[in-house]
Amino acid sequence: MTLKLGVPSKGRLMEKTFDWFGARGVTLQRSGSDREYAGAVDGVEGVQLMLLSAGEIPRELAAGRLHLGVTGTDLVQEKLALWGQLVEPLEELGFGHADLILAVPQAWIDVDTLDDLDAAAAMFRAHHGFRMRIATKYHRLVREFLRQAGVADYALVDSQGATEGTVKNETAEAIADITSSGETLRANHLKVLADGLILQSQATLWRSRTAPMEDSERDTLRALMRLIT
Amino acid sequence: MPTRFETLAKAAELRALFEAHGAVAVEPPILQPADTLLDLYGEDIRARAYVTSDALRGEQMLRPDFTVPVVQMHMAHGAEPARYTYAGEVFRRQEHDPARANEYVQVGFEIFDRADPAAADAEVFATIAAAMQGVPAKPVTGDIGVLMAAVAGLRTTQRRKDALMRHIWRPRRFRTLLDRFAGRSDVPPTRTALLAGEVEMEAPLLGLRTRDEIEARIAALAEDAAAPPLAEGQVDLIETLLDVRETMPNALSRLHDLAVDLPEIAPAVARIGARAEALEAQGIDTAQLPFEASYGRTSMEYYDGFVFGFRAVGRPELPSIASGGRYDALTRRLGSGGEIPAVGGVLRPGLMLELESAP
Repeated sequence: MTLKLGVPSKGRLMEKTFDWFGARGVTLQRSGSDREYAGAVDGVEGVQLMLLSAGEIPRELAAGRLHLGVTGTDLVQEKLALWGQLVEPLEELGFGHADLILAVPQAWIDVDTLDDLDAAAAMFRAHHGFRMRIATKYHRLVREFLRQAGVADYALVDSQGATEGTVKNETAEAIADITSSGETLRANHLKVLADGLILQSQATLWRSRTAPMEDSERDTLRALMRLIT
Repeated sequence: MPTRFETLAKAAELRALFEAHGAVAVEPPILQPADTLLDLYGEDIRARAYVTSDALRGEQMLRPDFTVPVVQMHMAHGAEPARYTYAGEVFRRQEHDPARANEYVQVGFEIFDRADPAAADAEVFATIAAAMQGVPAKPVTGDIGVLMAAVAGLRTTQRRKDALMRHIWRPRRFRTLLDRFAGRSDVPPTRTALLAGEVEMEAPLLGLRTRDEIEARIAALAEDAAAPPLAEGQVDLIETLLDVRETMPNALSRLHDLAVDLPEIAPAVARIGARAEALEAQGIDTAQLPFEASYGRTSMEYYDGFVFGFRAVGRPELPSIASGGRYDALTRRLGSGGEIPAVGGVLRPGLMLELESAP
C-alpha cells in the first residue's frame, strides 16, 4: 500500500511545496499534462502524490483518505472541529504566511481594540436597528474568537472573496480576513484592531490521525520524515 | 442507555403530569425562522443551533428549544392566564464535545400568569422537583433579577450601568468592564491621544457607520473619562453579591445585609424571600436548597429572575438534567407591545432514565 500525500493543486502554494520537498531530496511533480491532478514522487518509495484544492485537504485528512497533507493552519482550524484529535502538525513549511485579522475603517478613530468594537457595535445596533456586520469566510474561527472576547451585537456575513471591498460597498461594517502584507487593507482604508489577531497561519505538513496505516506505510512515513526533517 | 421508545414513553408520562397541573399540550414546529432567534441571541446561536435554508423562506433553524416558539404563540393569540406543556426533540449543534447529544427529547412546563409570580415560580420548581424524584440529581437555584437590580443601583453613570447590564450574561466581559469603570485597568495610549484631541480622521469614511456616530462615541468616551471611577465599595458589593453561595436561608440573610448598603436590591431580595415562602408552601425544604447568586449567567440570555437547575450527582460531565427560570423580558421582546410575567422549565427524559437505571 502507498502513503497518500495531498498537496495544493495550483499556484504558488503548489510550487513552494514542490520546492520545499525538492530541497530535501524528495521530488514532487505533476504527471502528464498540467491539467492532470495526479503526480509522481521520486526520492522515497511508496508515496503517492494527490493534487487537490488546499481547502479540501483538511476534510480529506480528517476522513483518513489522505495520510499526509499540506495546507494552512487557518483552513484546518476553520474546517475541522476538534482538529487536534483528527490531525497532527508535523512540520511548518515556512511559507504561505497569513494572519487572520479583524479590521475596521481607518476613519473609525474611536475604535482600536475589541473593547471599542463591542461598544461601537452596541451603539451601531441602537442607531441602525441591526447588528454590526462583519464580512468573512472564516465563520467558526471568528465567532469563537469574538465569543471568547465577549463581543456582542455583531453579525457575520459571508464573503468568499474581495472581502476588503465589502465595507466600501456597504454590505459590511468590518471584516475578518487573511492578510499577508496589509497592503490590501491600507489600499481599502482599513486598519487592524490592536488585539484583532485571530490566528497566525502558515503552510504546514499534517498527518491524519484517522487514516489506517500498515507496517509498510509506517516504514514509508519514517523514511520520508528522515529525509525532510 | 434508554431506547428512543423508552425515552418517548417517559416524555409522554411527564407531559401528562404537567397536563394534570392544568397545562395545555402544544406542538411548535421543528423549523423556526432564523431571524427571530438571531435577533434574540446574536451570532452565538449559530454555534448552538443547526441552520438550514430554502429559497422561499430563507434561513431557518432546527428548534434549539421550545420556549421561544411557545412565547411567540402565546403572545400572538394566548388567553390569560395560561399554562403549556410540550414534548419533543430539540437540536443543538456541538462543536467541542462529541459526547454531548446534538438531538434529544425535552419536556417542558410554562406558566404565563400575572397574579402571583412567587407562587408560579414555586409551582414550576416543585412540579419539576417532584418529577425528578428518584433521579440522583441535586437542585441549585439563583436569581438574575437581584444582580440586575444591583447593577441598576450602582452609584455611577447610566452609560456604565447599561454597559454592565448588556454583559450580565458574559461574566468575563462583565468583569473587564467592572475593572475598567473602577479605574483598575490601563488606558490604552490610543485612547489618551483620542481624548486629548490629537487624533484626526484622515482616511475617507467608508461604510454605514456615520461621522455622527463616531463623534457620539468620542463624546461618550470623554464623558466617561471625566466621570469619577466606580468606588471600591461599589465593586465590592457586586463581588460580594456574586459570591453568595449558600443554602436559601443563609443566602437570604446575606442578601438582606447587602441590601443595607445597596437598598436598590431590596425589592429583588424581597421577591426571593416571597419565593422561598411559596416554595415551602409547595412542600420544598428550603433550609437545604442551595442558592447561588451567579447561577444562570452563562445560559442563553433570557432569564431575568428566578433560575434553577438539577445537576446529576457524581456525573459533572453531564449537562443539567432539568433547568428553567423566569423570562418576563422575553415576553416583552417577542410580544409586539404586549408583555406578561412568565416562568417555565424543561426536563430531559433520556438523561433521567439513564441516571435512574445507573447502579
